[in-house]
Formats: sequence, C-alpha cells, structure tokens
Amino acid sequence: MRLLFREALLSFRRTPLLSGLSVTTIAFSLFTVGLFLLVALNLRQALKGLEERVEIVAFILRGTPPETVTLASQDIAAFPEVKDVEYVTEEQALARARKELVEFRDAYRDLSVNPLPASFEIRLKDGYRNATSAAQVAKRLEGFSFVEDIRYGRDWVERLDKLRNLAGVVGFVIGLAFAAVAVVIIGVTIRLTILQRAREISIMRLVGATNRFIRGPFLLEGALKGLLGGLLSLVLCYAGFRLFRDSNLSTLSGLVFFGPDQMAMLVLFGVALGLIGSLVSVGRHLRDV
Amino acid sequence: MIRFQHVFKSFPNGALALKDVSFHVSKGEFVFLTGHSGAGKSTIMKLMFAEQRPTQGDVRVSGFALADMGHREIPRLRRKLGVVFQDFRLLDDRTAAENVAFALEVTGARRDTIPARVMRVLTQVGLAAKARAYPRELSGGEQQRVAIARALVNDPPVLLADEPTGNLDERATRGVFQLLREINAGGTVVVMATHDLDLVRQAPYRTIELRDGGLVYDSADDAPEEEAL
Repeated sequence: MRLLFREALLSFRRTPLLSGLSVTTIAFSLFTVGLFLLVALNLRQALKGLEERVEIVAFILRGTPPETVTLASQDIAAFPEVKDVEYVTEEQALARARKELVEFRDAYRDLSVNPLPASFEIRLKDGYRNATSAAQVAKRLEGFSFVEDIRYGRDWVERLDKLRNLAGVVGFVIGLAFAAVAVVIIGVTIRLTILQRAREISIMRLVGATNRFIRGPFLLEGALKGLLGGLLSLVLCYAGFRLFRDSNLSTLSGLVFFGPDQMAMLVLFGVALGLIGSLVSVGRHLRDV
Repeated sequence: MIRFQHVFKSFPNGALALKDVSFHVSKGEFVFLTGHSGAGKSTIMKLMFAEQRPTQGDVRVSGFALADMGHREIPRLRRKLGVVFQDFRLLDDRTAAENVAFALEVTGARRDTIPARVMRVLTQVGLAAKARAYPRELSGGEQQRVAIARALVNDPPVLLADEPTGNLDERATRGVFQLLREINAGGTVVVMATHDLDLVRQAPYRTIELRDGGLVYDSADDAPEEEAL
C-alpha cells in the first residue's frame, strides 16, 4: 500500500508539467460542468421563488352575503391542491391598490365609490404549482355562483412549466457532454503518462509484476488528479461565483452557491472521472503490450 | 530446466523466425546461443520468458508449459527467471540499489527483508560500494552488473542473458562474462545469446548455433558426455 502511494506520487514528482497539465484540464472541465450546475441551481432557486407566487384569484360578485363567503372559503381551503385561501375585501383591495399603484394614487383617492371587487386569493401546495392543477382548481371555482371571474395567469404558469422542463433537459445534456469530454481528456493525459513510462512498465513486467500491480499506481494517480482537479474546479467556481455576484452586471439578488453535499459530489465526480480515464487507458495499454 | 520440442515461430507477415527447433538444457548447464543477427537467438530468448508464444511446438521452462500458459501465470514464470539484456534496461531515476529492490517490491516481497537481499546480490556482482549511484554515474559494465543483480535477486533457477556484452568494451565484457560463469558455478542455469565468437571459444561450454531460424549445430550432439557439465 505504501509502495502504491509512493509510485503514484513519484509520477507527480517526475513529471510535474504533465501532471499539472492533467490536473488543470480536469479542473477546467469540471469548472465548466460546475458553472453550468451553478446556473441550473440558481435557475431552480429562482423558479422556486416564482412558483411560490403562483396563485389563483377568484373575483366575487358585489353583494354576496358574508356567510356565503365564509362557507365557500372553508370549502376551497379543503381542496387537496390548495395551501391557503385569503379573503380580500373590497376595502382591502382598494387600500392595496393605493399603496402599490403609486401612479394612480390621486385617482383612487378621489373615488367616491370603490370600483374594486372583493376576491379570494388562493395559493397552491408545493406539488401542485403547475398548469394542470391550476386549471383544475379554476374549473371547480367556476362552480360557485357568486364567482364572477377567475384569473390564474394560465400562460404564465404553462411557460413556467416549460422553462423548468427545458432547464432540466438542457442541464442534463450539457453536463453529460462535458463529463464525456473530461473523461476523454483525462484518458489522453494518463495515456501520455503511460507512454512516457512505457519503458518502466515493460521493466516491471519483465521482473514479474502482475497487471494488477502495474495498474494500481496509475489508477491512484488518476484518482488523485481527479481529486485535485475537483478541488481546483471548486475554487474556480467559487471565484467565478463571487466575481459575478459582486460585479455590477448582476442585478439578481439571492444567488446561491453549492451546499456541502453538492461540493462533495463535484469533487467525487472528479475522482470518478480520473479513475475512469486511467482505467480505460491503462487497460488498453496493458492489452497492447 | 528448459525444453524446446519442434518449436516453430512465424512472424505476423508469415515468415518463419524459428523452424523446428528442439533442444534440452539440464540443471546447472551454461549454454551459448550463437548465430548471426536475425538467426533467431532473440526469438528463442523471448519465447523462454514468455514475451512471445510459439506458433507451434512445446516450450517448457522451470516446469511451466509456455504454449498454453494463461496470462496470469506469466508474472509467476518471470519471478523464476532472471533476464539480462544488451541495453541493461535500468530505471534512470533510481539508484542501483533501488533498481534491484524494485524487482523485489514488484513481487510483493516482505519489506523488511529487501535491503539485506539487495545488498547481498550487489555484493555478489561486486557493486556494494556503488549501491547509491544512479545508472548515469556508472560505466556500461557496472550498469550491466546492476542488471544482473536485479535478475538474481529473486534467486531464479535460470538466468537468460541476451547479448549481455553487446554494448561493452573488452575489459567489461570479460568481467561480466566472468560474473556469469560464477553465477553458473553456483548452480544457476545460464543461457547466453551472443555473437562474440572469441568469448564462445574461450570457454568450454555447450554451444547451440542457429542459422535462418533453424538449429544447425549443438555441441552436446558431438560429445554427449559433456552434457553432464
């Protein structure tokens, strides 16, 4: 075991340039993957914020008795998709309008009659914030006779759905492509190392080393390079993240970085890539000789 | 220890490297393998340490049948063989002692036994004082002695030497040859491929001559009683 480590480390010491190159290549491949993951992560985070706001508004006919409203509110709250229901009275609607629509403040102040209807604001539960569920709830609301109109921004909800699906697919495809590129690059750098050490390998075989024994240091070397590359890519990702966040370019707030689990995954991914790359190229070399 | 029976070896292009070669080497023998370059000496060597497989025929070395030997058995065979080449094949970034130790480490020898075993063989080849020297700091003859020490460190019953003196001057050649004779005197079978006919004439050893892949002369056939050497 100690021998294994010594041989693997020896290769770093003997070929610092090539080893450095491998580590850098891995780091940059993973950096690209990492950046993309960061974008996907933040996109998901942002979408989640938007999703929170998905709500259905049911406007209520003027003159509906308060008892009817209270009963209906209880009924709606009992829908499986519904998280909560808020009853907004005509006065509350007006007050809110005055506050939010600053431009029309004067217009609203001069009103003698409140033109705004009362409404139910219905928010959906976590798993139901999609176009289908919203449409179902809206359909059921139409059944209430005192409901005048229903708004739930159908287009907007549907677009959100599509965006989310697209983000998932694009993320998966691009991530996969970059992972493949990283494997190939690692394979090539390990192969270079092997060619450089072909003489040594042939001597090892000559004195009776088993293939497993010869493979060991190379696999460890690959894993080690993957580990270093993974760590370096994390540093790069973080630097990129900070740079983007602190620059004036970004008007987005609440940007998030990887959690500890995700960082560990990225580094482990690097180790896996290093192992796969070296396994492929060592395997091929040992078959050739 | 070594037996070739009707061995044929063809190159990928179809040309024959060996044609119906048969011979037998007994315990304790020293055998010269001679012939022009391309006559098949190296092919015979490579067949003996399983770098190549015979196309046809049977090759046995130290109890291993090489024709149908599994891949996994090759390392086990090589641990029972010492092999020495014209170009030494030392690792340049390791000292003499480390080069020798390498052969032990590779076979999973116990670590605490390695230094003593390395020094023993280095002493045997007369290089104990240069254990810490790197190959570039050693003369050709000394490098070949390190290679021989490496070949011997696993106490192999057979030592194969492919043109071991090919790159050496006369004095170094005599020294290395003398060392091989001493090793043989200790009971190890030595097979030495060489085209240095002076060397062959000097010593009273069995000589097998090859020409165009065929065995054309075996001094053991002339004087069968010498086989007991």
